[in-house]
Amino acid sequence: MGVPVQSDFVIQLKRYYALYTGGVIGFVVMLAIMEQMGMPNKVLGYIFLGVTVLLYAGIGILSRTSDVTEYYVAGRRVPALFNGMAVAADWMSAASFIGLAGTLYVSGYDGLAFVMGWTGGFCLVAFLLAPYLRKFGQYTIPDFLGMRYGGGLPRAIGVFAAILCSFTYVIAQVYGVGLIVSRFTGLDFGVGVFVGLGSILVCSFLGGMRAVTWTQVAQYVILIVAYLIPVIWLSVKHTGNPVPQVAYGYVLQQVTARENVLNDASTPEGAREAEVRTLFKQQMEIDRAKLAALEAGGATYLAQERARLTHTLQQLKDKAHVAPQDIAVLQNELDTLPKEVNSARNTWRAAVETEKAKSSPIIAHAEPFAGADETARDNKRKNFLALVLCLMVGTAALPHILMRFYTTSSVKEARKSVFWSLLFITLLYITAPALAVLAKYDVYTLLVGSSFSELPSWVSAWAAVDKTLMSVTDMNKDGIVQLAEITIGGDLIMLATPEIAGLPYVVTALVAAGGLAAALSTADGLMLTIANTLSHDVYYKMIDPRAPTTRRLIISKALLLVVAVFAAYITSLKPGDILFLVGAAFSLAASAFFPALALGIFWKRANKMGAVIGMVSGLATCMVYMFITYPFFGVNAPLWWGINPISAGIFGMPIGFIGVILGSVFSAPPSPETRAMVDYVRYPNMRLDSFIEKR
Amino acid sequence: MHKHQQYWQHTLRLTAGLLTLWFVVTFVVAWFARELQAFTLFGFPLSFFMAAQGALLIYVALVAYYAYRMDQLDAEYDMQEGD
Repeated sequence: MGVPVQSDFVIQLKRYYALYTGGVIGFVVMLAIMEQMGMPNKVLGYIFLGVTVLLYAGIGILSRTSDVTEYYVAGRRVPALFNGMAVAADWMSAASFIGLAGTLYVSGYDGLAFVMGWTGGFCLVAFLLAPYLRKFGQYTIPDFLGMRYGGGLPRAIGVFAAILCSFTYVIAQVYGVGLIVSRFTGLDFGVGVFVGLGSILVCSFLGGMRAVTWTQVAQYVILIVAYLIPVIWLSVKHTGNPVPQVAYGYVLQQVTARENVLNDASTPEGAREAEVRTLFKQQMEIDRAKLAALEAGGATYLAQERARLTHTLQQLKDKAHVAPQDIAVLQNELDTLPKEVNSARNTWRAAVETEKAKSSPIIAHAEPFAGADETARDNKRKNFLALVLCLMVGTAALPHILMRFYTTSSVKEARKSVFWSLLFITLLYITAPALAVLAKYDVYTLLVGSSFSELPSWVSAWAAVDKTLMSVTDMNKDGIVQLAEITIGGDLIMLATPEIAGLPYVVTALVAAGGLAAALSTADGLMLTIANTLSHDVYYKMIDPRAPTTRRLIISKALLLVVAVFAAYITSLKPGDILFLVGAAFSLAASAFFPALALGIFWKRANKMGAVIGMVSGLATCMVYMFITYPFFGVNAPLWWGINPISAGIFGMPIGFIGVILGSVFSAPPSPETRAMVDYVRYPNMRLDSFIEKR
Repeated sequence: MHKHQQYWQHTLRLTAGLLTLWFVVTFVVAWFARELQAFTLFGFPLSFFMAAQGALLIYVALVAYYAYRMDQLDAEYDMQEGD
């Protein structure tokens, strides 16, 4: 195969992607003009999503390949800069793009655990893994475990763990794809899932890692442009400064000043807030009483409650003079009364939680670990640090990210490529906290205190789309919006930013396309990881080592289809909440892979026994803790040291390390060949023959 | 093999040093976040600035320095990867 000179290749790539970026901007401008000429929003949304999905599929078709190295690792000649963009797109998922700003809006400082965790993890990738994995230069992460620790067992455990965490993660992405497509085109959620998956498949099916790489670069360009434009605009609107990251310190001070006013009952606005909080407190007492009665009476209580409501409603309807809204209120109460005990418990618990939050004073955005007393604050700090550590180590252990460093042309390029990756990722993560503060400023100053008769247009528009994203109710009937009367769903912040900033609809469509790019690129990388692991590690390395390359590729592609359909099926069951799924994937990866990978490179004495014990015990600890503490599974055991289930990795990791160390120390040292392999990985200039010759 | 050992020792020292900085910037600073919020930097409370921007920029700098320094080490010890 004729390999073009690398520098020509880079120049050519830069030219292509510069043209492409220009094309994207031109496309947005063209649609903006068409919007001015009266094209309806829905059509704009269709065109935007349709064109971008076709574009990704087009790149997939152009990059089709049937060469094994091209299919698995993009020919190992992806330049550092472009691999950086691909890693960034691979990395930033729907949760980062759409959810992160909302999480920061809601949690203030405490949400920054995600910002630090999802960037700082790349330090570990850079220092401990990427260059060494590149030198090792095979195809998958279980490959490394198999070679380093010898034999099928470490590889098999690696396969299991890789599939477990990639699959948990891919569900969250496919869910995001379905959500975005259905919201912006009006298609059904299920149809949205399959449209999105179709484009993922065309891409990875035809061209494997090669197609996924070049699509991810294109997706990064779209997602970063889509993220930055509305935030820059919002920053100009509120501060006159087009660099939101610099400007929002000043805005944060004003947000803090507003928080103080709204929390101070001696000011007129603070008094009105206090009034609404009292109403929520009363409502909370009512719901608490209901919960208590439910715990005591169970299904009987629900039946009694239903009978009582039906009876009162009938009485009311029989009366001659009765206000229609009184009937409506009661009818609504009857309609929304849960049918069975479990759903009643969940609904009322959630209601009490919301009312509790709404009846308490506002938590200051910039205050770390806010809490009523020292214990509550310490608990928050502990969980913050645990989450940061799990996210960071998980970053350095997720196979779909580590695999990308096999695609660079050398160790040197791999190191450089981690730098580019982190830089491109930081660009988004450093902007998200700015967006959260700017949006908060908008809500606190423009929405709070405005009159219900003239709400800003974005509020009424989004309230009409989805009540869980945006709703305002005049609790104390004073005709003025109080902060406690506003309900904002986290996802709204990013989705509504263009409208809050007063930008045309075309930018909203661009944001949707950006969110779709983020979800698709991550899903692409994950599915390829799963299919490659199954075909390369299970089929080729464990079942039929003499399989010809054509058959290996066919198997890989067939598996991709199976994985995609299975993922779509699981997603259609809508399991759990996205942020938990994502967090769980990190904890699982951190517990299963990190100890065995890091010690495999830095500790020659680590051996097969250690790796097996470490990986199994780490993974098991993490899974057990999640199972017994995450409410979804219904066990509800007490937390260990107050650590939330999302950070289960904090227990899995140390157990994994101890497992590897003890297991290795109490069994025979690894063979000279294995030691030679570790040297091969450590020293960039060492040749393959120096450790292979004895085999 | 002597040269290789020196190269590896040097790499380990660099790695340990950078990881220490990473640890301090991340965990030590976050541990004292409540104490640090009294200070202000560029209009931000210091703890908020560190978690939202400072730490991120330091991470980028650490990774950049690692790539730069390891290239130097490769050259110094004549360890560059052959084609």
